[in-house]
Amino acid sequence: MTTFLSLEPVRVLLYLVGVCAFVGANAAYLVLAERKGAGRIQRRPGPNEAGWAGILQPLADGAKLLAKQVMAPPGTDGLLYRLAPLMVMAPPLMCLVTIPFGEHLVARNINIGLLFVFAFGSINVMALMLGGWASRNKFSIMSAARVVSQNVAYEIPMLLVVITMLMVTGTLDLNEIVTQQSGGFWNWNVLRGIWDFKAGHIGANPLMPVTFVIFYICMLAETNRAPFDMAEAESELVAGAFTEYGGMGFGVFFMAEYANIVVGCSVATVLFFGGYESPIGILSGGLWGTAWFLAKAYALIFTVIWVRWTFPRTQFYNLLNLSWKILIPISLVTLLLTGVMMKVPMLLHRLF
Amino acid sequence: MSLFSVIRETLFGFKSLIVGMRITALEAAKPIKTVQYPHDTLPMPARFRGHIQLVLDPVTGRPKCNACTVCEKACPSGCIDLDGLKREGDKRKSVSKYLLDFTKCSLCGSCVEACPSDAIEFSRQYNVVSLSRTTFDNMDLYAKAEAEASEWTKNHPAPAEAVVAASAVPEDGLKPALPSAPAA
Repeated sequence: MTTFLSLEPVRVLLYLVGVCAFVGANAAYLVLAERKGAGRIQRRPGPNEAGWAGILQPLADGAKLLAKQVMAPPGTDGLLYRLAPLMVMAPPLMCLVTIPFGEHLVARNINIGLLFVFAFGSINVMALMLGGWASRNKFSIMSAARVVSQNVAYEIPMLLVVITMLMVTGTLDLNEIVTQQSGGFWNWNVLRGIWDFKAGHIGANPLMPVTFVIFYICMLAETNRAPFDMAEAESELVAGAFTEYGGMGFGVFFMAEYANIVVGCSVATVLFFGGYESPIGILSGGLWGTAWFLAKAYALIFTVIWVRWTFPRTQFYNLLNLSWKILIPISLVTLLLTGVMMKVPMLLHRLF
Repeated sequence: MSLFSVIRETLFGFKSLIVGMRITALEAAKPIKTVQYPHDTLPMPARFRGHIQLVLDPVTGRPKCNACTVCEKACPSGCIDLDGLKREGDKRKSVSKYLLDFTKCSLCGSCVEACPSDAIEFSRQYNVVSLSRTTFDNMDLYAKAEAEASEWTKNHPAPAEAVVAASAVPEDGLKPALPSAPAA
């Protein structure tokens, strides 16, 4: 049985089915969680009529979207218009390949996993841009332009932060990054930068929590989530790049948005919060590891929802100012600081 | 702007974000305010203006109205049509017909103000809806008051002498006024 499961085609098939199911279930129930969370924050119950406490609402929404006709308005670029929803869905599915949900629960652990995730994560903007362009709608094109400038602006601090992380971890292998953080929450990267308990000396970057905040803000901006949802901006651009989409074409864009959030929060968990390692040192390994991973990732995901229903949408120039004037300088400072703190002791050691 | 003021501003801005997050988290922890309308309803406010209705006398359980027609004259839209008759054993006239054309009524309240015996009031009926106009252009408020009156007598068992009086119910089915306040 195990040999059968480890056959390459079976493995690929299992991965495809599993990831598609995971992404689909996440998209469906995160929409519900989003609406419930919005409700709680505004002191109303949210959807609660379909099933117990609205538990069947995603099925009703899905059935409604599936029953709708996907029609391309006249004048659109037919091929790109139909291709955009597929293209927007592919990157998060690819990114989930390398994310270790548990010690052995990873579709394919490659030693450049982190690079892989960011390589595919950056394609996401292409799909939104093509969708907006192909729709032949002023709002969509404006939204496409916004998406591109926003993603270009936020890709930079995000990758600078990731480079800082790389200098600390010394590897691109996500599984290894996680195992480095084993033993308890004080060994997680977010705290290890301040004081390295395993090595027993000062850590590589005391600004590591700031680094995490920058990563998180960039993740919000990259996934076009409020307060940076300039791509959708329903009060200014109708529905932005999705204006001309209906039915499941529209639904797929939303699935992709939630899948991107899941990927972003999973990567944040792996990089900063010890992935599947237990925060208390015991109860680790096997399914416990997966449970810890999911608990951490969903805590971050619910924070995304919490952030969305707390802050109003930023203005576009403020969004770009935040990136170019604040996030990029700070991430450069953390990068430099990490370099100095890692290399200067080595230099001193060599000199004396 | 100096570097330090930029840093201070950034930190201050970040703190304001945390404050905002704290506020929404605290709001989320508070109980839900929504009233699930078809399942639960709020009590109507005391001064809600629904369509008018006849007031029952809390002592006798009969409509207070003595058919003086002041309300009919006070109504600027002419939507009240009422009539009264003098029943056996009564000293005064009492209402026997009270039709309201609610399609014309603007809920101005002149009738309620004009009534010398406080015999009409606004109801708390807010979900007035129908598929046909005829439901509201001839609302029989007298029949409604009669139904309430018979409900009232069921809940207020008559004292012994009243039962004797009730045996002499006239042929038109109208019960005589109950003589005294019931025990309940």
